[in-house]
Amino acid sequence: MISVQNLDLAFQTAAEEHKVLNAINFEVAPGEVFGLVGESGSGKSTVLRCIAGLYRHWTGGISVDGQSVAGRLTKAHHRKIQMVFQDPYGSLHPKHTVNTTLAAPLRIHSIGDIDRRIVEVLGQVGLPTAARFRYPHQLSGGQRQRVAIARALILEPSVLLLDEPTSALDVSVQAEILNLLADVRRARNLTYIMVSHDLAVVAHLCDRVGVMQQGRIEEVLEVPTLLAGEARTDYTRILFEASRRYDRSMASSLAGAAKTA
Amino acid sequence: MSSTPKATDPSAPLFQVEDLWVRYRMRYTSFEAVRGVSFNLGREKLAIVGESGSGKSTVGRALLKLLAGNAEITASRLQFGEVDIAHADEKTMQTIRGARVSMILQDPKFSLNPVIPVGEQIAEAYRVHQKVSRQEAKARTLDMLAAVQIRSPERVFGQYAHQVSGGMGQRIMIAMMLISNPEVIIADEPTSALDVTVRLQVLAILDDLVRQRGMGLIFISHDLNLVRSFCDRVIIMYGGQIMETVAAADLDNVQHPYSRGLLNALPSLEHRRPRLPVMQRDPSWSRLQKEITP
Repeated sequence: MISVQNLDLAFQTAAEEHKVLNAINFEVAPGEVFGLVGESGSGKSTVLRCIAGLYRHWTGGISVDGQSVAGRLTKAHHRKIQMVFQDPYGSLHPKHTVNTTLAAPLRIHSIGDIDRRIVEVLGQVGLPTAARFRYPHQLSGGQRQRVAIARALILEPSVLLLDEPTSALDVSVQAEILNLLADVRRARNLTYIMVSHDLAVVAHLCDRVGVMQQGRIEEVLEVPTLLAGEARTDYTRILFEASRRYDRSMASSLAGAAKTA
Repeated sequence: MSSTPKATDPSAPLFQVEDLWVRYRMRYTSFEAVRGVSFNLGREKLAIVGESGSGKSTVGRALLKLLAGNAEITASRLQFGEVDIAHADEKTMQTIRGARVSMILQDPKFSLNPVIPVGEQIAEAYRVHQKVSRQEAKARTLDMLAAVQIRSPERVFGQYAHQVSGGMGQRIMIAMMLISNPEVIIADEPTSALDVTVRLQVLAILDDLVRQRGMGLIFISHDLNLVRSFCDRVIIMYGGQIMETVAAADLDNVQHPYSRGLLNALPSLEHRRPRLPVMQRDPSWSRLQKEITP
Protein backbone atom coordinates (compact mmCIF):
# COMPACT_ATOMS: atom_id res chain seq x y z
CA MET A 1 0.00 0.00 0.00
CA ILE A 2 2.72 2.40 1.03
CA SER A 3 6.29 2.05 -0.02
CA VAL A 4 9.13 4.30 1.08
CA GLN A 5 12.47 3.78 -0.62
CA ASN A 6 15.75 5.46 0.12
CA LEU A 7 14.06 8.56 1.44
CA ASP A 8 16.51 11.38 2.16
CA LEU A 9 15.66 14.85 3.35
CA ALA A 10 17.88 17.77 4.27
CA PHE A 11 17.16 21.30 5.37
CA GLN A 12 19.43 24.00 4.06
CA THR A 13 20.56 26.78 6.31
CA ALA A 14 22.88 29.58 5.23
CA ALA A 15 25.98 27.85 6.47
CA GLU A 16 25.28 24.16 6.26
CA GLU A 17 23.03 21.39 5.19
CA HIS A 18 21.23 19.62 7.99
CA LYS A 19 20.31 16.09 7.11
CA VAL A 20 17.15 14.96 8.92
CA LEU A 21 16.27 11.75 7.08
CA ASN A 22 18.79 9.23 5.92
CA ALA A 23 17.96 6.31 3.63
CA ILE A 24 14.55 5.50 5.08
CA ASN A 25 13.09 2.24 3.74
CA PHE A 26 9.88 0.49 4.68
CA GLU A 27 6.77 -1.06 3.17
CA VAL A 28 3.27 -1.05 4.62
CA ALA A 29 0.77 -3.65 3.43
CA PRO A 30 -2.90 -2.78 2.82
CA GLY A 31 -4.84 -2.86 6.09
CA GLU A 32 -1.67 -2.89 8.18
CA VAL A 33 -0.92 -0.61 11.12
CA PHE A 34 2.68 0.48 11.00
CA GLY A 35 4.25 2.38 13.88
CA LEU A 36 7.21 4.73 13.92
CA VAL A 37 8.79 5.31 17.33
CA GLY A 38 11.77 7.30 18.40
CA GLU A 39 12.83 10.16 20.59
CA SER A 40 12.38 13.81 19.76
CA GLY A 41 14.36 14.87 16.73
CA SER A 42 14.62 11.34 15.35
CA GLY A 43 12.67 12.34 12.23
CA LYS A 44 9.58 10.22 12.78
CA SER A 45 7.06 13.02 12.17
CA THR A 46 9.11 14.23 9.21
CA VAL A 47 8.60 10.87 7.48
CA LEU A 48 4.83 11.30 7.87
CA ARG A 49 4.95 14.82 6.50
CA CYS A 50 6.88 13.62 3.45
CA ILE A 51 4.24 10.94 2.76
CA ALA A 52 1.45 13.48 3.23
CA GLY A 53 3.12 15.76 0.70
CA LEU A 54 3.83 18.52 3.22
CA TYR A 55 7.54 18.44 2.34
CA ARG A 56 8.40 18.31 -1.33
CA HIS A 57 12.18 18.52 -1.57
CA TRP A 58 13.05 14.99 -0.48
CA THR A 59 14.86 12.53 -2.69
CA GLY A 60 14.17 8.84 -3.06
CA GLY A 61 10.82 7.23 -3.68
CA ILE A 62 7.46 7.29 -1.91
CA SER A 63 4.44 5.64 -3.41
CA VAL A 64 0.96 5.16 -2.06
CA ASP A 65 -1.34 2.65 -3.68
CA GLY A 66 1.06 2.34 -6.60
CA GLN A 67 1.16 6.07 -7.28
CA SER A 68 4.23 8.13 -6.66
CA VAL A 69 4.07 10.97 -4.16
CA ALA A 70 6.23 13.30 -6.20
CA GLY A 71 5.70 16.23 -8.48
CA ARG A 72 2.30 17.85 -8.59
CA LEU A 73 -0.19 16.07 -6.38
CA THR A 74 -3.78 15.68 -7.44
CA LYS A 75 -6.85 16.20 -5.31
CA ALA A 76 -7.52 12.49 -5.61
CA HIS A 77 -4.18 11.81 -3.96
CA HIS A 78 -4.93 14.07 -1.02
CA ARG A 79 -8.32 12.49 -0.65
CA LYS A 80 -6.67 9.09 -0.30
CA ILE A 81 -4.28 10.17 2.46
CA GLN A 82 -5.48 12.05 5.50
CA MET A 83 -3.62 13.10 8.62
CA VAL A 84 -4.49 13.45 12.32
CA PHE A 85 -2.26 15.69 14.42
CA GLN A 86 -1.20 15.63 18.04
CA ASP A 87 -2.89 18.67 19.46
CA PRO A 88 -6.53 18.86 18.42
CA TYR A 89 -6.77 22.35 19.82
CA GLY A 90 -4.07 23.53 17.48
CA SER A 91 -5.34 21.67 14.44
CA LEU A 92 -8.97 22.85 14.60
CA HIS A 93 -9.93 26.37 13.61
CA PRO A 94 -11.05 28.09 16.83
CA LYS A 95 -13.72 30.17 15.07
CA HIS A 96 -15.20 27.36 12.99
CA THR A 97 -17.92 25.11 14.34
CA VAL A 98 -17.52 21.36 14.05
CA ASN A 99 -19.99 21.54 11.16
CA THR A 100 -17.88 24.08 9.24
CA THR A 101 -14.70 22.13 9.92
CA LEU A 102 -16.21 18.90 8.62
CA ALA A 103 -17.91 20.51 5.60
CA ALA A 104 -14.73 22.22 4.34
CA PRO A 105 -12.98 19.13 2.94
CA LEU A 106 -16.22 18.05 1.26
CA ARG A 107 -16.60 21.43 -0.45
CA ILE A 108 -12.95 21.42 -1.57
CA HIS A 109 -13.43 18.02 -3.19
CA SER A 110 -16.88 18.95 -4.58
CA ILE A 111 -18.58 16.10 -2.79
CA GLY A 112 -22.32 16.43 -2.29
CA ASP A 113 -24.62 15.08 0.36
CA ILE A 114 -22.77 17.09 3.01
CA ASP A 115 -25.51 16.91 5.62
CA ARG A 116 -25.83 13.14 5.59
CA ARG A 117 -22.07 12.60 5.57
CA ILE A 118 -21.50 14.84 8.59
CA VAL A 119 -24.22 13.14 10.64
CA GLU A 120 -22.83 9.76 9.67
CA VAL A 121 -19.21 10.52 10.51
CA LEU A 122 -20.16 12.12 13.84
CA GLY A 123 -21.94 8.92 14.77
CA GLN A 124 -18.98 6.85 13.72
CA VAL A 125 -16.51 8.73 15.91
CA GLY A 126 -18.91 8.65 18.84
CA LEU A 127 -19.82 12.33 19.02
CA PRO A 128 -23.36 13.38 19.96
CA THR A 129 -25.27 15.24 17.22
CA ALA A 130 -25.44 18.15 19.66
CA ALA A 131 -21.69 18.61 19.11
CA ARG A 132 -22.24 19.47 15.45
CA PHE A 133 -22.73 23.20 15.96
CA ARG A 134 -20.25 23.68 18.76
CA TYR A 135 -16.87 25.41 18.63
CA PRO A 136 -13.64 23.61 19.62
CA HIS A 137 -13.46 25.44 22.96
CA GLN A 138 -16.85 24.01 23.88
CA LEU A 139 -15.56 20.46 23.54
CA SER A 140 -13.34 18.36 25.80
CA GLY A 141 -9.87 17.29 24.64
CA GLY A 142 -11.09 13.82 23.74
CA GLN A 143 -14.06 15.19 21.81
CA ARG A 144 -11.77 17.54 19.89
CA GLN A 145 -9.55 14.65 18.85
CA ARG A 146 -12.70 12.84 17.71
CA VAL A 147 -13.52 15.84 15.52
CA ALA A 148 -9.99 15.73 14.07
CA ILE A 149 -10.46 12.03 13.30
CA ALA A 150 -13.90 12.71 11.81
CA ARG A 151 -12.43 15.39 9.55
CA ALA A 152 -9.85 12.89 8.32
CA LEU A 153 -12.48 10.16 7.79
CA ILE A 154 -15.10 12.25 6.02
CA LEU A 155 -13.21 12.06 2.72
CA GLU A 156 -13.21 8.27 2.97
CA PRO A 157 -9.44 7.94 2.67
CA SER A 158 -7.63 4.63 2.45
CA VAL A 159 -4.62 5.75 4.49
CA LEU A 160 -4.56 7.62 7.80
CA LEU A 161 -1.33 9.20 9.00
CA LEU A 162 -1.49 9.59 12.78
CA ASP A 163 1.03 11.95 14.34
CA GLU A 164 1.02 11.39 18.12
CA PRO A 165 -2.78 11.24 18.13
CA THR A 166 -3.13 10.59 21.87
CA SER A 167 -0.15 12.25 23.55
CA ALA A 168 -2.12 15.34 24.56
CA LEU A 169 -4.85 13.24 26.20
CA ASP A 170 -5.46 11.74 29.65
CA VAL A 171 -5.01 7.99 30.08
CA SER A 172 -8.73 7.19 30.14
CA VAL A 173 -9.42 9.38 27.10
CA GLN A 174 -6.42 7.91 25.32
CA ALA A 175 -7.95 4.46 25.77
CA GLU A 176 -11.19 5.64 24.15
CA ILE A 177 -9.38 7.18 21.17
CA LEU A 178 -7.16 4.10 20.68
CA ASN A 179 -10.27 1.92 20.69
CA LEU A 180 -11.96 4.26 18.23
CA LEU A 181 -8.95 4.13 15.89
CA ALA A 182 -8.95 0.32 16.05
CA ASP A 183 -12.72 0.14 15.36
CA VAL A 184 -12.61 2.58 12.47
CA ARG A 185 -9.72 0.74 10.87
CA ARG A 186 -11.59 -2.54 11.02
CA ALA A 187 -14.83 -1.04 9.72
CA ARG A 188 -13.22 0.75 6.78
CA ASN A 189 -10.22 -1.49 6.19
CA LEU A 190 -7.84 1.44 6.52
CA THR A 191 -4.05 1.46 6.50
CA TYR A 192 -2.41 3.44 9.31
CA ILE A 193 1.01 4.83 9.92
CA MET A 194 1.23 6.01 13.50
CA VAL A 195 4.03 8.07 14.96
CA SER A 196 4.50 8.14 18.71
CA HIS A 197 7.17 8.54 21.35
CA ASP A 198 5.18 6.20 23.59
CA LEU A 199 6.22 2.65 22.91
CA ALA A 200 3.25 1.22 24.82
CA VAL A 201 0.76 3.07 22.62
CA VAL A 202 2.49 1.96 19.43
CA ALA A 203 2.76 -1.62 20.66
CA HIS A 204 -0.94 -1.60 21.47
CA LEU A 205 -2.23 -0.47 18.09
CA CYS A 206 0.43 -1.51 15.57
CA ASP A 207 1.38 -4.74 13.84
CA ARG A 208 4.93 -3.71 13.02
CA VAL A 209 7.17 -0.96 14.34
CA GLY A 210 10.06 0.97 12.84
CA VAL A 211 12.45 2.30 15.47
CA MET A 212 14.06 5.58 14.46
CA GLN A 213 17.13 7.35 15.74
CA GLN A 214 18.82 10.40 14.29
CA GLY A 215 17.06 10.26 10.95
CA ARG A 216 17.57 6.56 10.36
CA ILE A 217 15.41 3.51 10.86
CA GLU A 218 17.41 1.38 13.25
CA GLU A 219 15.23 -1.66 12.78
CA VAL A 220 11.76 -2.74 11.74
CA LEU A 221 10.25 -5.46 13.87
CA GLU A 222 6.98 -7.23 14.59
CA VAL A 223 5.31 -6.07 17.79
CA PRO A 224 5.30 -9.56 19.41
CA THR A 225 9.07 -9.72 18.85
CA LEU A 226 9.42 -6.34 20.54
CA LEU A 227 7.25 -7.37 23.49
CA ALA A 228 9.19 -10.60 23.90
CA GLY A 229 12.32 -8.47 24.34
CA GLU A 230 13.92 -9.95 21.23
CA ALA A 231 14.87 -6.71 19.51
CA ARG A 232 18.07 -6.91 17.47
CA THR A 233 19.59 -3.49 18.14
CA ASP A 234 20.75 -2.17 21.50
CA TYR A 235 18.89 1.07 20.96
CA THR A 236 15.52 -0.67 20.66
CA ARG A 237 16.22 -2.70 23.76
CA ILE A 238 17.15 0.43 25.72
CA LEU A 239 14.01 2.21 24.50
CA PHE A 240 11.89 -0.79 25.48
CA GLU A 241 13.39 -1.14 28.95
CA ALA A 242 13.29 2.61 29.62
CA SER A 243 9.60 2.67 28.68
CA ARG A 244 8.75 -0.18 31.00
CA ARG A 245 9.89 1.18 34.31
CA TYR A 246 12.34 3.30 36.26
CA ASP A 247 15.46 1.30 36.94
CA ARG A 248 18.38 2.87 38.80
CA SER A 249 21.05 0.56 37.39
CA MET A 250 19.87 1.09 33.85
CA ALA A 251 20.11 4.86 34.31
CA SER A 252 23.79 4.51 35.25
CA SER A 253 24.51 2.35 32.23
CA LEU A 254 22.77 4.93 30.03
CA ALA A 255 24.83 7.73 31.53
CA GLY A 256 27.94 5.61 30.98
CA ALA A 257 26.99 4.97 27.36
CA ALA A 258 26.41 8.68 26.79
CA LYS A 259 29.86 9.48 28.17
CA THR A 260 31.66 7.12 25.84
CA ALA A 261 29.61 8.25 22.86
CA MET B 1 -3.69 18.77 69.06
CA SER B 2 -0.54 16.79 69.84
CA SER B 3 2.85 18.37 70.45
CA THR B 4 4.46 20.02 67.46
CA PRO B 5 7.09 17.73 65.93
CA LYS B 6 10.50 19.18 65.25
CA ALA B 7 11.76 18.98 61.69
CA THR B 8 15.06 17.68 63.00
CA ASP B 9 13.53 14.44 64.19
CA PRO B 10 14.15 12.08 61.25
CA SER B 11 11.06 9.98 61.90
CA ALA B 12 8.66 12.91 62.24
CA PRO B 13 6.53 13.66 59.20
CA LEU B 14 7.73 16.64 57.17
CA PHE B 15 4.28 17.65 56.05
CA GLN B 16 1.05 16.91 57.85
CA VAL B 17 -2.06 17.68 55.86
CA GLU B 18 -5.54 17.18 57.24
CA ASP B 19 -8.77 18.06 55.50
CA LEU B 20 -7.25 20.44 52.97
CA TRP B 21 -9.68 22.41 50.81
CA VAL B 22 -8.93 24.81 48.00
CA ARG B 23 -11.78 26.97 46.74
CA TYR B 24 -11.58 29.37 43.83
CA ARG B 25 -13.93 32.29 44.34
CA MET B 26 -15.40 33.77 41.22
CA ARG B 27 -17.83 36.63 40.89
CA TYR B 28 -20.98 34.58 41.14
CA THR B 29 -19.81 31.10 41.90
CA SER B 30 -17.02 29.25 43.57
CA PHE B 31 -15.22 26.12 42.52
CA GLU B 32 -13.70 23.57 44.85
CA ALA B 33 -10.51 22.25 43.27
CA VAL B 34 -9.34 20.28 46.30
CA ARG B 35 -11.85 18.74 48.67
CA GLY B 36 -10.80 17.35 52.01
CA VAL B 37 -7.36 15.95 51.21
CA SER B 38 -5.34 14.43 54.06
CA PHE B 39 -1.90 12.87 54.00
CA ASN B 40 1.46 12.85 55.73
CA LEU B 41 4.81 13.15 54.02
CA GLY B 42 7.87 11.56 55.59
CA ARG B 43 11.36 11.20 54.18
CA GLU B 44 10.03 9.27 51.24
CA LYS B 45 9.04 9.56 47.61
CA LEU B 46 5.31 10.17 47.59
CA ALA B 47 3.49 10.28 44.29
CA ILE B 48 0.26 12.14 43.59
CA VAL B 49 -1.33 10.81 40.41
CA GLY B 50 -4.51 11.69 38.65
CA GLU B 51 -5.88 12.94 35.35
CA SER B 52 -6.04 16.59 34.35
CA GLY B 53 -8.36 18.51 36.62
CA SER B 54 -8.02 16.06 39.50
CA GLY B 55 -6.44 18.74 41.69
CA LYS B 56 -3.04 17.10 41.98
CA SER B 57 -1.03 20.20 41.04
CA THR B 58 -3.28 22.40 43.16
CA VAL B 59 -2.42 20.30 46.22
CA GLY B 60 1.30 20.73 45.48
CA ARG B 61 0.93 24.47 45.12
CA ALA B 62 -1.34 24.83 48.15
CA LEU B 63 1.44 23.41 50.34
CA LEU B 64 3.49 26.51 49.48
CA LYS B 65 0.48 28.81 49.17
CA LEU B 66 1.43 29.48 45.56
CA LEU B 67 -2.11 29.89 44.26
CA ALA B 68 -3.96 32.67 42.49
CA GLY B 69 -5.35 35.51 44.60
CA ASN B 70 -8.90 34.24 44.45
CA ALA B 71 -7.97 30.85 45.86
CA GLU B 72 -8.96 30.19 49.44
CA ILE B 73 -7.00 27.53 51.30
CA THR B 74 -8.51 25.97 54.41
CA ALA B 75 -7.35 22.97 56.38
CA SER B 76 -7.87 21.66 59.86
CA ARG B 77 -4.11 21.08 59.84
CA LEU B 78 -1.43 22.13 57.39
CA GLN B 79 1.84 21.72 59.17
CA PHE B 80 5.38 21.80 57.82
CA GLY B 81 7.79 20.83 60.61
CA GLU B 82 7.20 23.43 63.30
CA VAL B 83 5.49 25.88 60.94
CA ASP B 84 1.73 26.13 60.75
CA ILE B 85 1.36 26.84 57.02
CA ALA B 86 -2.39 27.32 57.24
CA HIS B 87 -1.94 30.42 59.39
CA ALA B 88 1.50 31.54 58.25
CA ASP B 89 1.87 35.04 56.79
CA GLU B 90 3.67 35.87 53.53
CA LYS B 91 6.88 36.73 55.37
CA THR B 92 7.06 33.31 56.99
CA MET B 93 6.22 31.65 53.67
CA GLN B 94 9.16 33.48 52.08
CA THR B 95 11.52 31.80 54.54
CA ILE B 96 10.14 28.41 53.50
CA ARG B 97 9.74 28.70 49.74
CA GLY B 98 12.93 27.78 47.97
CA ALA B 99 14.88 27.47 51.21
CA ARG B 100 13.16 24.58 52.93
CA VAL B 101 10.63 23.45 50.34
CA SER B 102 11.31 23.91 46.66
CA MET B 103 9.45 23.15 43.51
CA ILE B 104 10.40 21.74 40.10
CA LEU B 105 7.97 22.31 37.25
CA GLN B 106 7.37 20.49 34.00
CA ASP B 107 9.21 22.44 31.36
CA PRO B 108 12.62 24.05 32.04
CA LYS B 109 12.08 26.27 28.97
CA PHE B 110 9.45 28.20 30.91
CA SER B 111 11.03 27.97 34.35
CA LEU B 112 14.41 29.44 33.42
CA ASN B 113 14.95 33.11 32.68
CA PRO B 114 15.84 33.34 28.97
CA VAL B 115 18.11 36.40 29.26
CA ILE B 116 20.30 35.43 32.23
CA PRO B 117 22.96 32.69 32.06
CA VAL B 118 21.70 29.58 33.85
CA GLY B 119 24.66 29.54 36.26
CA GLU B 120 23.87 33.07 37.42
CA GLN B 121 20.31 31.98 38.12
CA ILE B 122 21.42 29.08 40.29
CA ALA B 123 23.90 31.28 42.16
CA GLU B 124 21.18 33.88 42.67
CA ALA B 125 18.88 31.23 44.14
CA TYR B 126 21.63 30.39 46.60
CA ARG B 127 22.41 33.98 47.52
CA VAL B 128 18.76 34.75 48.23
CA HIS B 129 18.84 32.25 51.07
CA GLN B 130 22.48 32.38 52.24
CA LYS B 131 24.65 35.37 53.01
CA VAL B 132 27.68 34.47 50.91
CA SER B 133 29.99 36.20 48.47
CA ARG B 134 29.59 35.98 44.72
CA GLN B 135 32.66 33.76 44.41
CA GLU B 136 31.41 31.37 47.02
CA ALA B 137 27.98 31.16 45.41
CA LYS B 138 29.62 30.43 42.08
CA ALA B 139 31.79 27.71 43.60
CA ARG B 140 28.71 26.12 45.18
CA THR B 141 26.87 26.37 41.86
CA LEU B 142 29.66 24.58 40.02
CA ASP B 143 29.63 21.83 42.66
CA MET B 144 25.90 21.53 42.29
CA LEU B 145 26.07 21.34 38.49
CA ALA B 146 28.62 18.56 38.88
CA ALA B 147 26.29 16.82 41.34
CA VAL B 148 23.55 16.68 38.70
CA GLN B 149 26.11 15.06 36.40
CA ILE B 150 26.76 17.94 34.09
CA ARG B 151 30.17 17.15 32.70
CA SER B 152 31.53 20.63 32.05
CA PRO B 153 29.98 22.84 34.76
CA GLU B 154 32.14 25.85 33.84
CA ARG B 155 30.83 25.90 30.28
CA VAL B 156 27.19 25.29 31.23
CA PHE B 157 27.39 28.01 33.89
CA GLY B 158 27.61 30.68 31.20
CA GLN B 159 25.02 29.23 28.86
CA TYR B 160 21.49 30.52 28.30
CA ALA B 161 18.30 28.49 28.58
CA HIS B 162 17.90 28.21 24.80
CA GLN B 163 21.38 26.72 24.46
CA VAL B 164 20.70 23.66 26.61
CA SER B 165 18.63 20.58 25.82
CA GLY B 166 15.47 19.63 27.72
CA GLY B 167 17.24 17.02 29.83
CA MET B 168 20.08 19.40 30.62
CA GLY B 169 17.56 22.16 31.45
CA GLN B 170 15.77 19.91 33.90
CA ARG B 171 19.09 18.99 35.56
CA ILE B 172 19.82 22.71 35.90
CA MET B 173 16.39 23.16 37.54
CA ILE B 174 17.17 20.31 39.94
CA ALA B 175 20.54 21.92 40.75
CA MET B 176 18.81 25.25 41.40
CA MET B 177 16.16 23.70 43.60
CA LEU B 178 18.58 21.59 45.60
CA ILE B 179 21.33 24.15 46.16
CA SER B 180 19.60 25.56 49.25
CA ASN B 181 19.45 22.02 50.66
CA PRO B 182 15.68 21.95 51.19
CA GLU B 183 13.88 19.38 53.30
CA VAL B 184 11.14 18.79 50.77
CA ILE B 185 10.99 18.90 46.97
CA ILE B 186 7.68 19.22 45.18
CA ALA B 187 8.15 18.05 41.59
CA ASP B 188 5.20 18.71 39.31
CA GLU B 189 5.50 16.48 36.21
CA PRO B 190 9.27 17.06 36.16
CA THR B 191 10.01 14.58 33.39
CA SER B 192 6.86 14.66 31.23
CA ALA B 193 8.53 16.81 28.58
CA LEU B 194 11.58 14.54 28.32
CA ASP B 195 12.42 11.55 26.13
CA VAL B 196 12.32 8.18 27.89
CA THR B 197 16.07 7.60 28.06
CA VAL B 198 16.73 11.17 29.22
CA ARG B 199 13.88 10.88 31.70
CA LEU B 200 15.51 7.84 33.25
CA GLN B 201 18.78 9.69 33.82
CA VAL B 202 17.12 12.79 35.26
CA LEU B 203 15.06 10.63 37.62
CA ALA B 204 18.17 8.77 38.76
CA ILE B 205 19.82 12.08 39.68
CA LEU B 206 16.74 13.19 41.60
CA ASP B 207 16.49 9.78 43.24
CA ASP B 208 20.13 9.78 44.41
CA LEU B 209 20.06 13.33 45.75
CA VAL B 210 16.78 12.82 47.59
CA ARG B 211 18.11 9.67 49.19
CA GLN B 212 21.56 11.04 50.09
CA ARG B 213 20.15 14.17 51.69
CA GLY B 214 17.21 12.47 53.39
CA MET B 215 14.65 14.73 51.75
CA GLY B 216 10.96 14.19 51.20
CA LEU B 217 9.76 14.20 47.61
CA ILE B 218 6.24 14.87 46.37
CA PHE B 219 6.15 13.64 42.79
CA ILE B 220 3.10 14.84 40.89
CA SER B 221 2.52 12.79 37.76
CA HIS B 222 -0.02 11.28 35.42
CA ASP B 223 2.26 8.35 34.58
CA LEU B 224 1.24 5.31 36.63
CA ASN B 225 3.95 3.05 35.21
CA LEU B 226 6.68 5.47 36.14
CA VAL B 227 5.31 6.11 39.61
CA ARG B 228 5.06 2.39 40.27
CA SER B 229 8.79 1.88 39.90
CA PHE B 230 10.04 5.27 41.10
CA CYS B 231 8.06 6.15 44.23
CA ASP B 232 7.39 4.58 47.63
CA ARG B 233 3.75 5.53 48.09
CA VAL B 234 1.05 6.63 45.67
CA ILE B 235 -1.95 8.88 46.24
CA ILE B 236 -4.61 8.59 43.55
CA MET B 237 -6.77 11.67 43.11
CA TYR B 238 -10.02 12.27 41.28
CA GLY B 239 -12.31 15.30 41.36
CA GLY B 240 -10.27 17.01 44.08
CA GLN B 241 -10.42 14.07 46.46
CA ILE B 242 -8.08 11.23 47.35
CA MET B 243 -9.57 8.01 46.03
CA GLU B 244 -6.92 5.76 47.45
CA THR B 245 -3.44 5.73 48.97
CA VAL B 246 -1.31 2.65 48.32
CA ALA B 247 2.29 1.52 48.56
CA ALA B 248 3.79 1.73 45.06
CA ALA B 249 4.58 -1.98 45.20
CA ASP B 250 0.88 -2.74 45.70
CA LEU B 251 -0.30 -0.57 42.84
CA ASP B 252 -1.55 -3.62 40.97
CA ASN B 253 -3.82 -4.49 43.86
CA VAL B 254 -5.66 -1.19 44.12
CA GLN B 255 -9.26 -1.50 45.25
CA HIS B 256 -11.04 1.65 44.18
CA PRO B 257 -12.84 1.31 40.85
CA TYR B 258 -11.34 4.59 39.63
CA SER B 259 -7.78 3.44 40.36
CA ARG B 260 -8.53 0.11 38.73
CA GLY B 261 -10.00 1.84 35.69
CA LEU B 262 -6.97 4.09 35.37
CA LEU B 263 -4.55 1.14 35.51
CA ASN B 264 -6.55 -0.93 33.06
CA ALA B 265 -6.85 1.91 30.54
CA LEU B 266 -3.07 2.06 30.26
CA PRO B 267 -1.64 0.38 27.14
CA SER B 268 0.79 -2.22 28.38
CA LEU B 269 4.14 -3.52 27.20
CA GLU B 270 3.58 -6.73 29.17
CA HIS B 271 0.45 -8.10 27.57
CA ARG B 272 -1.46 -7.06 24.48
CA ARG B 273 -5.21 -6.64 24.55
CA PRO B 274 -7.39 -6.18 21.50
CA ARG B 275 -9.29 -3.37 23.22
CA LEU B 276 -8.55 -1.18 26.19
CA PRO B 277 -11.24 -1.19 28.87
CA VAL B 278 -12.91 2.21 28.91
CA MET B 279 -13.62 3.75 32.26
CA GLN B 280 -17.22 4.09 33.32
CA ARG B 281 -17.26 7.02 35.69
CA ASP B 282 -19.46 6.56 38.72
CA PRO B 283 -21.01 9.82 40.03
CA SER B 284 -20.61 8.44 43.56
CA TRP B 285 -16.82 8.91 43.25
CA SER B 286 -17.35 12.64 43.25
CA ARG B 287 -19.51 12.56 46.34
CA LEU B 288 -17.68 13.72 49.40
CA GLN B 289 -15.95 10.99 51.33
CA LYS B 290 -16.12 11.80 54.98
CA GLU B 291 -13.65 9.39 56.49
CA ILE B 292 -10.20 10.84 57.07
CA THR B 293 -7.19 8.61 56.53
CA PRO B 294 -4.89 8.57 59.54
